[in-house]
Amino acid sequence: MKHIRNFCIIAHIDHGKSTLADRLLDSTGSVTDREKQDQLLDSMDLERERGITIKSHAIQMDYNYKGEQYVLNLIDTPGHVDFSYEVSRSIAACEGALLIVDAAQSIQAQTISNLYLALENDLEIIPVLNKVDLPSANPEEVTDDIVDLLGCDPSEIIHASGKTGFGVDNILAAVIERIPPPKGNVDEPLQALIFDSVYNPFRGVETYFRVINGSIKKNQQIKFIATGKTYNADEVGTLRLKQFPRTEIKAGDVGYLITGIKEAKEVKVGDTITDAKEPTKNPISGFEDVKPMVFAGIYPVDTEDYEELRASMEKLQLNDASLVFVPESSAALGFGFRCGFLGMLHMEIIQERLEREFDMTVITTVPNVSYHAFTHKNPDAIVIVNNPSDLPDPSTLNRVEEPYIKATIITKSDFVGNVMSLCIEKRGMITNQTYLTPERVELNFDMPLAEIVFDFYDRLKTVSKGYASFDYSPIGMRVSKLVRVDILLNSQPVDALSALIHADNAQNIGKKMCEKLKELIPRQQFDIPIQAAIGAKIISRETIKALRKDVTAKCYGGDISRKRKLLEKQKKGKKRMRQVGNVEIPQQAFMAVLKLND
Amino acid sequence: MSGIYIHIPFCKQACHYCDFHFSTSINKKSELVNALVKELEFRKDEFKNQVVETIYFGGGTPSLLTIDELRLLIDTVYAHYNVVSNPEITLEANPDDLTNQQINKLANTPINRLSIGVQSFFEKDLKLMNRAHNAEEAKQCLEEATIRFDNISVDLIYGIPGLTNENWLKNIETALSFNIPHISSYALTVEPKTALETFIKKGIVDDVDEEQAQAQFYLLVEELEASGFVHYELSNFGKPGFFSKNNSAYWQGKPYLGIGPSAHSFNGNQRSWNVSNNSKYIKSIDKSILPSETETLTQMDKYNEYVMTGLRTIWGVSIQKVTNEFGDDFTKHLLNQSQLFINQQLLYIDNEILKVTQKGKFLSDGIASELFKVN
Ligand SMILES: Nc1nc2c(ncn2[C@@H]2O[C@H](COP(=O)(O)OP(=O)(O)O)[C@@H](O)[C@H]2O)c(=O)[nH]1
Ligand code: SF4
Ligand SMILES: [Mg+2]
Repeated sequence: MKHIRNFCIIAHIDHGKSTLADRLLDSTGSVTDREKQDQLLDSMDLERERGITIKSHAIQMDYNYKGEQYVLNLIDTPGHVDFSYEVSRSIAACEGALLIVDAAQSIQAQTISNLYLALENDLEIIPVLNKVDLPSANPEEVTDDIVDLLGCDPSEIIHASGKTGFGVDNILAAVIERIPPPKGNVDEPLQALIFDSVYNPFRGVETYFRVINGSIKKNQQIKFIATGKTYNADEVGTLRLKQFPRTEIKAGDVGYLITGIKEAKEVKVGDTITDAKEPTKNPISGFEDVKPMVFAGIYPVDTEDYEELRASMEKLQLNDASLVFVPESSAALGFGFRCGFLGMLHMEIIQERLEREFDMTVITTVPNVSYHAFTHKNPDAIVIVNNPSDLPDPSTLNRVEEPYIKATIITKSDFVGNVMSLCIEKRGMITNQTYLTPERVELNFDMPLAEIVFDFYDRLKTVSKGYASFDYSPIGMRVSKLVRVDILLNSQPVDALSALIHADNAQNIGKKMCEKLKELIPRQQFDIPIQAAIGAKIISRETIKALRKDVTAKCYGGDISRKRKLLEKQKKGKKRMRQVGNVEIPQQAFMAVLKLND
Repeated sequence: MSGIYIHIPFCKQACHYCDFHFSTSINKKSELVNALVKELEFRKDEFKNQVVETIYFGGGTPSLLTIDELRLLIDTVYAHYNVVSNPEITLEANPDDLTNQQINKLANTPINRLSIGVQSFFEKDLKLMNRAHNAEEAKQCLEEATIRFDNISVDLIYGIPGLTNENWLKNIETALSFNIPHISSYALTVEPKTALETFIKKGIVDDVDEEQAQAQFYLLVEELEASGFVHYELSNFGKPGFFSKNNSAYWQGKPYLGIGPSAHSFNGNQRSWNVSNNSKYIKSIDKSILPSETETLTQMDKYNEYVMTGLRTIWGVSIQKVTNEFGDDFTKHLLNQSQLFINQQLLYIDNEILKVTQKGKFLSDGIASELFKVN
């Protein structure tokens, strides 16, 4: 155990975590030239394209330091707030963390929130000032920021560049010298932490774990404490670029496990693996069943594809345990599913994966958070509202509670005013304001989660000219004034366009929704009135004028192929529309509420 | 049966609405004509097995060519292609070029059809569109042209901002008073990056109005049909025997050879088009390289084109032909997709031929798109 080091890299998005991980793999000879590829640990296509780590990953490296051979386990953490629970479990599997700070950007919201997670878990922090090669790097000032944040000595900060490879050897030396080796007792009953799982279509679910005490052996009978299920450890091994089967993984080390589990749901991140016959008495603390934060309907564009959509969602769930869904039906859209997501990014990823991996074109309805409603008749019983149609009739409603979060925003002092007015518009209440340096301010707000869902990130970026970073954590439910805004097309309510909105914003949002829909819904051969209503009261209206002319006058030799292509494009667009009554509604109109300020 | 289209990319001045390919600097004209001659010569093999029935000078403004230049081009066609004995040879011409003297000269060439860009008989409309001629010239040239040519087409534009229905009817009547056998008529369309678009954006000119265009379209159809014209294509009306043969070829999927910058060609399977730049065109032809791009049509492309062009014409979309050329799947698709429009009385089936109704005519692109097959 003396020669094992378990560490993770924590950083704000884009500060260079993936690039630096690549350099560590190079320097330890963990990849051959042939295997080299940028952002090696980001294995999903989507991760590479979006440049963010969605899943956690782990890799083992060998490193010879001062004549001794070490095993380094690098556990990469997801880079987005939607996945913060997974980040916390990855951190819990380590003794140390590299805290990467971009030498031009300095400390950002995610740097801080991840740092707190690491400190809660007593990790040794190695601060790394990254991207020192950048002409815009500002090492002196950023060093001061880091010193202020950590209370460390400036000499403890390692200067590095993931791009040039500068400083990588110093980082590796620090990992060995400063991060303590794992403690643990091989002779105690097995106690291992699950920090991630990956679905492999051929081998079932691969569980990634860190052994705290005891050891896990091939063909051992093991038990997952939270789910209570037992399995045979068909295969255990360490995670190299390829998997490396072993007969035993001992306390302090990191590895993978294959048991023939077919559904990701059975493997819960944060769960404890123990021996089936001689179980540990101490499950690892901090386990939580991850709860979805955002709910939306997912419907097939073509009603006939419902069963296929179900099959695709089930397959997705096999490898994404945080996706939950139940069947629901909508008068407008027919049969579909109410799905729960960790956040908006997670929702986008699911939608994109459905399209890419399963060729399913879907309509996603307006997302909402999960509310608690209480009726006069039964003022203590929670009615869970995950769908606008679940909201009890206003006359029977005693009260509604909505989820709140604590938001952490770091911005330049120039933008404090803008950020504050945005957060106040979003019903936020400021709870704290700290000047990290004269130019950089940390702001804390208590805010309704629902307001983050509706175009918050984009607006925050705009009002701060990009100089604001943001992170949040849930802080419970609070009483709220909620109404359901319905949309009527051609005087017919379209349930899939309904949205739950705070009463004070309903008028304004109803108006903007009508305007946005007018823009998005193509004109048809008849006038289409659009109305927004709360109950029977119409709060806004617009009309999509009938299409009178839909033909180009000239169609001679040169026009034919140009025009054919134009009409083909139009037809393709129509394939993504849904006929509701006699109105055709494009896919994106169902999400219009999210883009009201564009 | 096939046609040759020759593009003459010059105009005296730019009409505000126009997005065609032309240049107002006429100094390259003779160089260009030589290039056209050369292109005609070296593409002759593409048309080895074709009989040329129509020759069409389009533009731009082909009436800017001298009689000698026109003759040279026609002679070149005759020298290298197999031309029928009574070809339709059309010259697009603008009224300001059609002086009495020029009309007489043209009548002595093999050109036997004039397509005259009148657009309107009102000064106000002509100014708004920045046409090079005035209302008087329009009437004058028609008077003379009708003496020397039987086969004349007049272009008229409707939906011009400020053009009342009353004035539109007057325009139609004026054209009819010359007893011409063919009228092409277009709705004024605001194309991207034209002067017209800019003026509308700046508020200098009122935007075009769909309701006005629709009303004027149906006035036109009514008036011309009452006067014995057949509405044989969305924008074209002809007395029996006077349909444009050249243009009909486009809508019936017949092959044509397009000569000159920006001209398009079709050989039944491939569409190709020359570069839209006069100097590049001349330079390339000079090196005996055809500056063109080609696209090969798939069955689906061909079906889509047939539906799109067919619906614009009185020949419609023949269900039999779809079955024969594309197969049952396409027929099934076509019939399925048409049903909704048949119910809405925008399409109808007459003798196994699918056509747009009067009501559907002004919506026919949208309808065609719905009948398309796409991946
Ligand atoms: N100049 C410079 N650019 C870097 C360095 N490290 C990463 N980058 C760039 O910064 C961006 C974000 O890097 P990435 O590793 O994906 O960051 P992550 O989001 O923290 O994983 C990419 O465009 C990298 O090429 C560095 O040391 N120097
Ligand atoms: S004369 Fe014809 S081609 Fe030339 S600018 Fe006017 S409309 Fe366009
Ligand atoms: Mg990354």
